[in-house]
Amino acid sequence: MSGLDRRAVVAELLRDTSDTPGGELLVVTGLGSATYDAGAAGDRDENFYLWGAMGGAAMIGLGLAIAQPTRRVLVITGDGEALMGMGALSTIAARRQPNLAIAVLDNGQFGETGHQASHTALGTDLAAVAKGCGWAATATVTAMADVSALRTRLRNEALFAVIRISPAEVPRFLPIRDGARLTARFRDALGVPIG
Amino acid sequence: MTEESWQDGVYAALKGLGVSQIGYVPDAGHARLIERAHADNDMAAVVLTTEEEGIALSAGAWLGGQRTALLMQSSGVGNCINMLSLPINCRMGFFTIITMRGEWGEFNPWQVPMGSATEAVLKAAGVHVRRAERAEEVVEVVSASARLAYDSAIPVAVLLSQRLIGAKVWVK
Repeated sequence: MSGLDRRAVVAELLRDTSDTPGGELLVVTGLGSATYDAGAAGDRDENFYLWGAMGGAAMIGLGLAIAQPTRRVLVITGDGEALMGMGALSTIAARRQPNLAIAVLDNGQFGETGHQASHTALGTDLAAVAKGCGWAATATVTAMADVSALRTRLRNEALFAVIRISPAEVPRFLPIRDGARLTARFRDALGVPIG
Repeated sequence: MTEESWQDGVYAALKGLGVSQIGYVPDAGHARLIERAHADNDMAAVVLTTEEEGIALSAGAWLGGQRTALLMQSSGVGNCINMLSLPINCRMGFFTIITMRGEWGEFNPWQVPMGSATEAVLKAAGVHVRRAERAEEVVEVVSASARLAYDSAIPVAVLLSQRLIGAKVWVK
């Protein structure tokens, strides 16, 4: 099966995160491989890694984007995580939230649990779903040469993007999984007052 | 105290505590609050397709320094259980107001199983539960419970009893 190297894709999406309108890009990652990919690209206080709460990544992105309207929020997640929270595509489209973008790393598999085929390998096109939910801008990327342009769009538009990645296994990288610590450092980085 | 007036009191209390995002799956018992939220330019009123979206919304808001309230009815609690791991693990304040169904003059038997289990299920999942039975106490219960959630960074639910809300009237 073809597809892009997920680590190379995420490293490019998270390259020069300070080069973002409004300041450091705020990143939320879906549980499993998207979390490992973002950690492997370089740990940073503005990364909020999910290790659970499957289906919640996009909505965390929305709550954050509403709370921080001058900043850009990027949700990076997998096809399985996005499928579980598909209703959120409707909820977010209804808000027309301008500072939130979503990138789905789509390998057509539930990689964490034994590579069972996911719905995106069985007929569901998540970009078409997002479009049907009312997202004005959607994209599907299949070539590494297009990821750099996608990186720019994800930092400037309310874009829902599907990136077709290879299901090949990559070395596991395990970032911080203490949720309280992740929360505290993220809020500190934003200058949210303590208590 | 009329339903409209205690709901206005609840809205004022939430505003006073700095709530700026309200996620909801509609319920007749929350109608006034939802209407107030949409009419308020300083409040993001977010209609959800399912209740657990509201927990994730609240978590994102908390990360960004904003406070939220999630409005739902008791039947929606069952949709939320795994997502509650998010505010609990991440030590985030989470506050929800739940209108009860299936406990007082209920016409629809499909509301009864989840209505009967709501409090036990929330507690089992780690949520602190408070309850308002009378119109006179609603604003105080909501206000104290919301402060508990935000100031102690824990998940707190207020159940508004069906006796308070009034059983839905079904007309053929």
